[in-house]
Amino acid sequence: MRALTWQGKHDVRVETMPDPEIVNPRDAIIEVTSTAICGSDLHLYDGVIPGMLAGDILGHEFMGRVVDTGPGSTLQKGQRVVVPFTISCGSCFFCSHQQYAACDNSNPAEKQDVSEKLYGHATGGLFGYSHLTGGYPGGQAEYVRVPFSDVGPIVIPDGMEDDDVLFLSDILPTGWMAAANADIGPDDTVVVWGCGPVGLFAIQSALAMGAARVIGIDHYPNRLALARKLGAQVIDYTQTHVLEALMELSGGLGPDAVIDAVGMEAHGFAPDTVMDNFKQTVGVGADSGHALREALMAVRKGGRVSVPGVYGGFLDKFPLGALMEKGLQLRTGQTHVQKYTAELLRRIQEGELDTTFLISHRLPLEDAARGYDNFKTNQNDWTKVVLKPGLQV
Amino acid sequence: MTLKTSGPIHRPRPQPGLFQTLALAGALAGVAGYAIWTTARRHGAGAVHPPDDAPGRTATRSRFGRHAVTGRTVTIARPRQEVYEFWRDFRNLEGVMENVTQIEAEGAMTRWTIRGPADTHLRVETETVSDRPGEQIAWQSTPGSQIETKGKIMFRDAPGRRGTEVEAIIAYVPPGGRVGQIIAKLFQAEPAIQGRRDLKRLKMLLETGEVATSANRKSA
Repeated sequence: MRALTWQGKHDVRVETMPDPEIVNPRDAIIEVTSTAICGSDLHLYDGVIPGMLAGDILGHEFMGRVVDTGPGSTLQKGQRVVVPFTISCGSCFFCSHQQYAACDNSNPAEKQDVSEKLYGHATGGLFGYSHLTGGYPGGQAEYVRVPFSDVGPIVIPDGMEDDDVLFLSDILPTGWMAAANADIGPDDTVVVWGCGPVGLFAIQSALAMGAARVIGIDHYPNRLALARKLGAQVIDYTQTHVLEALMELSGGLGPDAVIDAVGMEAHGFAPDTVMDNFKQTVGVGADSGHALREALMAVRKGGRVSVPGVYGGFLDKFPLGALMEKGLQLRTGQTHVQKYTAELLRRIQEGELDTTFLISHRLPLEDAARGYDNFKTNQNDWTKVVLKPGLQV
Repeated sequence: MTLKTSGPIHRPRPQPGLFQTLALAGALAGVAGYAIWTTARRHGAGAVHPPDDAPGRTATRSRFGRHAVTGRTVTIARPRQEVYEFWRDFRNLEGVMENVTQIEAEGAMTRWTIRGPADTHLRVETETVSDRPGEQIAWQSTPGSQIETKGKIMFRDAPGRRGTEVEAIIAYVPPGGRVGQIIAKLFQAEPAIQGRRDLKRLKMLLETGEVATSANRKSA
């Protein structure tokens, strides 16, 4: 099969790889019809996530047709499914508490050592990501082996287009969980740092959950325009003092809830970002956290902080004093996708959520490397890239 | 008061001499020393402590002489009797023990073929010295074994409905002493690493019916 492989920093290539086969009883094999490039793929592309090996197949947002099933799978050949990026067994302590991303049984035992050392506990398994999270071959490929196929994949009714449901795999539930973690009430002002795909979906979710006011922060005009179209007010941090503006826009109280949809590669020409970038460059492994620091400063006393943005290591100058002295709550984590898929599918079917507005490009799988390059360097115009293995070059 | 506005001020900066450098180093060492002293004082170093309730293997100073002692606890969401019975049939363990290539059981004796560092193979024969159904199995190696080891595995009910807490403790005399232990660690064939992984695989198999792998093909 053809598949997009990671070769090193800023080096991804579509290559011919062996077809996957059923390995464990609960496996299924999916023929991919649509797969997307995610913002967190860019962390791999930029080489800031440890535990990557040359030849790893990337991609964790994918859907397709079931072409083979193990004896323990509940899927049937021919069914169309969307596959969550988190691999979950469905029966461990965490899965039975709907904390699917924390599954104890999906990250192979021999791959758990590093995350156990790094984080105190081993992470669950993820498709197409670092070997810290299992090193599972990903979905930017013609075929994918899907473990625990009786738990993760959600069957899509006939008549729904791929583009309507593809993002159930990650960014739609990630934006939704970001808003859910912010405990949004009807009078709330909610601020979202980063109007990339997750930030945009978080804005849409916050409004759907009844927020009185949602403010999006970014610097790409096109992304800010998309946020505004959803009903958010916008701040361009290259032309505005963000903290001051947020105080004014929230009546001097400060926003009730803040969402960091940026993560470890925050930009912005601020002294802390320069220092963080310096450390990332020389490889001391510090995350860049300007967005999170600013969010903690902005949020009102007793407010809620939600972090869907990805962090991998350590953050310097974390304003823990602001967290304590203002009595904030902070919630974060990889998305418990399976907890949200059924409800979000219903909301898509009933027209409550639009998932297609952010797709800017549809490319054949063979063009994936060009997709990465542009998604990285031309973020204003390339808001979301969907790869279609069936499309002709 | 007049402000000097004309002419750049050029005053050559004196190079720091040896004395200043030494003074600075001394001051830094003093600050570091004070920080260590005050931290240790707060930590209560030197005070007499009554024993705590933690397992002996987690003690900061080994209490086991020439034996290396390792252990690990996992909670498995299955009934205690079922977990015990699975373990009791040692042949089942081939599927969860990565470095064990063969297990032959005969009465109270079990012969294990274990993959060691760099493609070596070790033969260990153990005798089951205690077997309390549903609670505990203990073993020790016979004199002919290539490793001197003993261990036990204990099964107890986890709080509430969380299943069974399985605790394995393995004591062994590292072949080649401390150096051999470090080499084994490098080859990831050290009992602490293997034991931890094997218990996780046991948990996977009993909770999900399979052992997780990211291999895309059976042969891989």
